[in-house]
Amino acid sequence: MVINLRKLPDKKYIMPGNAACPGCPETMGLRYVKMALGDNVVLVIPAGCSSVIQGISPYSGINAPILNIVFAAAASAATGMKAAFEAMGKDDVHVVVWAGDGGTGDIGFQALSGAAERDEDIIYICVDNEAYMNTGIQRSSLTPYGAWTTTTWKGKKEHKKNIPMILISHGVKYVATASVGYPTDFIEKLQRASKIKGFRYIHLLAPCPVGWRFDPALTAKVAQLAVETGLFPLYEYINGEFKLSPIAKRYKDPSKRKPIIEYLKLQGRYRHLLDKPEEIKKIEEYIENTWKLIETLEESFAPGKDRGKKIFDAL
Amino acid sequence: MPLMSLTGNYAVAHAVRLARVKVISAYPITPQTTIVEKLSAMVENGELDAKMVRVESEHSALATVFGAASAGARAFTATSSHGLLYMHEVVWWAAGSRIPLVMAVVTRAIGPPWNIHVDHQDIFDQRDTGWIIGIAQENQEVLDMTLQAFKLSEDPRVYLPVMVGLDGFILSHTRAPVDVPEQELVDEWLPPRRQPYVISPESNYVMGNIAPDEVHFLMRYSMHEAMEAAKTVIKEIDKEYGEVFGRSYGGLIECHNCDDADYIIVITGSWSGDAKVASDMLRENGYKVGVARIRYIRPWPKEELEELGSRAKGIIVFDRAISMGGYGPLYSDVAGTLYSNGGKTSLVGVIAGLAGVDVGAETFKETITSIIHKIEENGFFFEPQLWLLPKDYSSREKMMEVAKRWL
Ligand SMILES: Cc1ncc(C[n+]2csc(CCOP(=O)(O)OP(=O)(O)O)c2C)c(N)n1
Ligand code: SF4
Repeated sequence: MVINLRKLPDKKYIMPGNAACPGCPETMGLRYVKMALGDNVVLVIPAGCSSVIQGISPYSGINAPILNIVFAAAASAATGMKAAFEAMGKDDVHVVVWAGDGGTGDIGFQALSGAAERDEDIIYICVDNEAYMNTGIQRSSLTPYGAWTTTTWKGKKEHKKNIPMILISHGVKYVATASVGYPTDFIEKLQRASKIKGFRYIHLLAPCPVGWRFDPALTAKVAQLAVETGLFPLYEYINGEFKLSPIAKRYKDPSKRKPIIEYLKLQGRYRHLLDKPEEIKKIEEYIENTWKLIETLEESFAPGKDRGKKIFDAL
Repeated sequence: MPLMSLTGNYAVAHAVRLARVKVISAYPITPQTTIVEKLSAMVENGELDAKMVRVESEHSALATVFGAASAGARAFTATSSHGLLYMHEVVWWAAGSRIPLVMAVVTRAIGPPWNIHVDHQDIFDQRDTGWIIGIAQENQEVLDMTLQAFKLSEDPRVYLPVMVGLDGFILSHTRAPVDVPEQELVDEWLPPRRQPYVISPESNYVMGNIAPDEVHFLMRYSMHEAMEAAKTVIKEIDKEYGEVFGRSYGGLIECHNCDDADYIIVITGSWSGDAKVASDMLRENGYKVGVARIRYIRPWPKEELEELGSRAKGIIVFDRAISMGGYGPLYSDVAGTLYSNGGKTSLVGVIAGLAGVDVGAETFKETITSIIHKIEENGFFFEPQLWLLPKDYSSREKMMEVAKRWL
């Protein structure tokens, strides 16, 4: 699928007067969601930066119908909306959850897992800025190892929880990772997901200049570096088939990856470990392990091979 | 109209079926469970054309039906005790959104220790949330109140969600004859779903983003106004329901022997039946005692109680819940109301029946008699907290001694 940006709707989806910080990855992502899916969409947004970004009612900085909902209940509220649209014969409405990493991997995880297990016909997007930004940069289970937050002043001690893999093991139809640094890849994935029925999950990496401590002009660049250093592989898992996304394929080869230090040194949240080689090594090991897992999945879930699918079907 | 032998929970299920609810979601908890079980069966065997979402928790159950209702569908959930507490955040959210919704609450004690028996601690915990809260006395009323809840919630003067309380086991699991209305009659009587807004691609509506503090303040005021309006709507619906289906209950309160009463018992829930029996017995003994059964704890029947308070010598409130360190919740509201009367009426708050401890008509009679004696001896008696301790533990000392063993 080739995406021609000029052919996508050029409607204004992010409105002037919205309350996002400069360089905000969430407004970037939201714009792509609407560009990809068009207007037959309702958004469900739990507590997080995106609830604030909308600005002050009765106006909204996001040109889309939105049900704001309590922090832990996004997947459930979306489930109910979809059930209602179906009951009223409006089966084609896309109900899209737009939730932060905290709303996804921590407090909202139970509802997410429930909706995934029930294979609810919704699209769930986790906009992952790797911390609770709305409350002022506290660690979440998706904050990466070593990162400073206001509850991990000396750096987080644990690695990032791997939500997309957990979703794959729920046996859902569609799981993908994406980065706001690659809009066309993200839009392509959204469009592909929109044609599938059942539970679809997209994990969108969203570097936040405020929480990660980088120059707001660099959001897209940091989002690309995460992929180019091999730290955040882009892939798609569709109905038992796993494949690396075209942009990410070359980073299978470690020699093609940019050194992780290029990514780390742009971000103030890693400043305290730049002069600690043993800490950087831990992050490098994490990258190695991530790719080992990717290779295993590529092999087990290679298109046409059906091996992985059989594994899940047998479970 | 067919007379069926129904438990309170099945009476709820039949009301939900008759209201042609489109989306149902609930999570099992004793003594609510047989509501979801029955509704699941109704959906599976085609008696009810609805989506049944079997969620992983009560927080999700209410969020699911709230999502469905926001998108325009008539929706329903039910829970009890810990499930209701687990929902609490969404309870507020749903009411603040002004989205019509109905929930059955099968009242049950809250742990620890684990206990599945009736008291009103769970439902009174929801008083401040902006939900209309009705509590039924028996199974026929459970069905009627649930059915009426849809019309009430969806009335444009109201647009607030409605809880229907029914006492765990005493009603939920006890069969009684229930007159189940015909579907055609209900279809004629219950208008199609109405709500203040829907969230859909066509509406492009946004609900719940930040509002200026002043607007938020005004939204609370408008919810309070809607509660006031609901008083009229509850009475209207009660009356017209009587005309169509042959049963009316009297609006926000139901009075038994109140007309010439010197003493009024204020009470809510299934044990009101025992209180009524006690009032009849007391009348035989020459005491003019009436029972004002509170049918809706929200909106609060202030006017009715003011009127009763202005002509009674004494008001005796029975609470099946306690705000520990404060008062029984019904008592607090009654006391607030009676202040308009200059505090001239004798007032006693009795706390009893917690954790399912049974209080029968005889006990009501004895307790009320001794309170009346105090009032008559002194001309005035005021006691906000009279603890009716369980039999065999009838002194505070003895009670504390036993309680300590469990700590
Ligand atoms: C039940 C509950 N607990 C805590 C909060 C406070 N809170 C609001 S947003 C938020 C963090 C959001 O983090 P995330 O989901 O990662 O989204 P982000 O703000 O980073 O976009 C928290 C803790 C809340 N709204 N509700
Ligand atoms: S803190 Fe980050 S994610 Fe939140 S609004 Fe600001 S830039 Fe966007």
